[in-house]
Amino acid sequence: MKITEKLALDAFKNDKETHILLDQKICHSCKERFCIYACPANLYSLNEKGEMVVEFAGCLECGTCMIACIYGSVKWKYPRSEYGVQYRCG
Amino acid sequence: MEKVDVIVVGGGLAGLSCAYELADSGMTVLVLERGDFSGSKNVTGGRIYLRPILPYLPDIWEQAPFERHVAKEVFTAMGKTNSTTFELYSDRFNQEPYPSYTILRAKFDRWFADLVTEKGGFVIPQKTVDDLIKENGKVIGVKSGDEEIGADCVVAADGILSFLTEKAGLRKPFEPKHFALGFKEVIQLDSKTIEDRFRLGEGEGSAQLFFGSVTQGMMGGGFLYTNKDSLSLGLVIGLQSLNLREPREEVYKLLDQFKERPEIRNLIRGGETVEYSSHLITEGGIHNIPKLHTDGMLVVGDAASLSLNMLFTVRGMEYAMVSGVLAARTIKKAKGRNDFSASSLAEYEKLLNESFIIKEMNTFKNTLRVLENERLFTKYPQVICDLFEKVMWVDENPKEGVYKTKMAELKKEFFNVETLKDWWQFRKI
Repeated sequence: MKITEKLALDAFKNDKETHILLDQKICHSCKERFCIYACPANLYSLNEKGEMVVEFAGCLECGTCMIACIYGSVKWKYPRSEYGVQYRCG
Repeated sequence: MEKVDVIVVGGGLAGLSCAYELADSGMTVLVLERGDFSGSKNVTGGRIYLRPILPYLPDIWEQAPFERHVAKEVFTAMGKTNSTTFELYSDRFNQEPYPSYTILRAKFDRWFADLVTEKGGFVIPQKTVDDLIKENGKVIGVKSGDEEIGADCVVAADGILSFLTEKAGLRKPFEPKHFALGFKEVIQLDSKTIEDRFRLGEGEGSAQLFFGSVTQGMMGGGFLYTNKDSLSLGLVIGLQSLNLREPREEVYKLLDQFKERPEIRNLIRGGETVEYSSHLITEGGIHNIPKLHTDGMLVVGDAASLSLNMLFTVRGMEYAMVSGVLAARTIKKAKGRNDFSASSLAEYEKLLNESFIIKEMNTFKNTLRVLENERLFTKYPQVICDLFEKVMWVDENPKEGVYKTKMAELKKEFFNVETLKDWWQFRKI
């Protein structure tokens, strides 16, 4: 089962605004890419220009990326009221 | 600014327990929950131990939406191509009040929020708190979007990432070594199939933990809990060892590899995954608890880092509920004195210190250091499995004496400086 198929099982209410901001300057000088390996939803990737991007819409709201990124690039807050993942089992 | 007596930020188990205890005290209690309903942002493995909570919240349990009571405890050491399982089935675990239950938080917390409402508390969903309001250093309320609400006391029950604790200046910056990532699938399977496959009586449940190759050398383990008509299957992995792992591989793939193992594949066969979720767990132990009170504010549950890896189980939900009750007791007394200053609220930390929570966290204060030892997740489970496999193996060659050959191997693996050092560390738990 692909990770995108797993995420499709969850209920999300997506905001237009992202709740995860990356500091491209920090990301640019990062070699390890902790976020890519630590995000359980596989939301981090490099775009064609080689910039780090995050697909906030599938966020499970665990906050792992914020802590795994020891360089402090990930500015993470909770999605605004009414938005984000809504677990039915939990 | 509109004002109430107490604002509880976060309608999880800690916040709801606090609100429940305060609901009939005559004070106005507002629980602000960011999800659509209590539990909709929460995740457990998991199971809850009832007995530690009963003295604090004796009367709420009759209609509780438990999944199954845990009658069977299972530990599995995983080698690369083999595994060995230890199983405990006990009459004692099958007598009421049952010591522990598997639960699903979206159902459980929602039920508890209804109890709080029935008792007179207000649980407001879809309300994310963005900031604290302070006056002369004292917390006097919270901000949510454009709205400001004042309170005599704010209870930070905003979970493991607790931004409020940070804004109040109570905690240190996060470090990967103090956290583990838990992620799981809920796999639907009918009740009869679960009971047959896991050899359980009607309504009985099992809790199974896996350690060894399942985390591929990283700190952590796997878990499998039986719910009423589903299984919770997942992994817990320390963020520090995840960051240091070589060769690099995306963490989510580990769960798929786990599901491919015959030990798991045959248990989940025919089941349908219905949800995928993740959550952090604090691994910092007693040394990493932030300051839990300041002028006008108390911190409870995960926000207070009250959670403990005891190696054979992980504790957290009992700590959340009981810390919530203790915060409520402190607030009632503070109300009597009409004094919500830090010195008045300091009583909360005294109550915590006297409770089983801090006593247990103190007893297990060295666990983290033991868990940092990679051999616990690589060498030892592998050796156990390989030895057992060799004992059981029969082929065309004459079988060697069990004791003689295996004793020599045991000596080689376990009677060395490294293992003695590990054993010495282990004694501290």
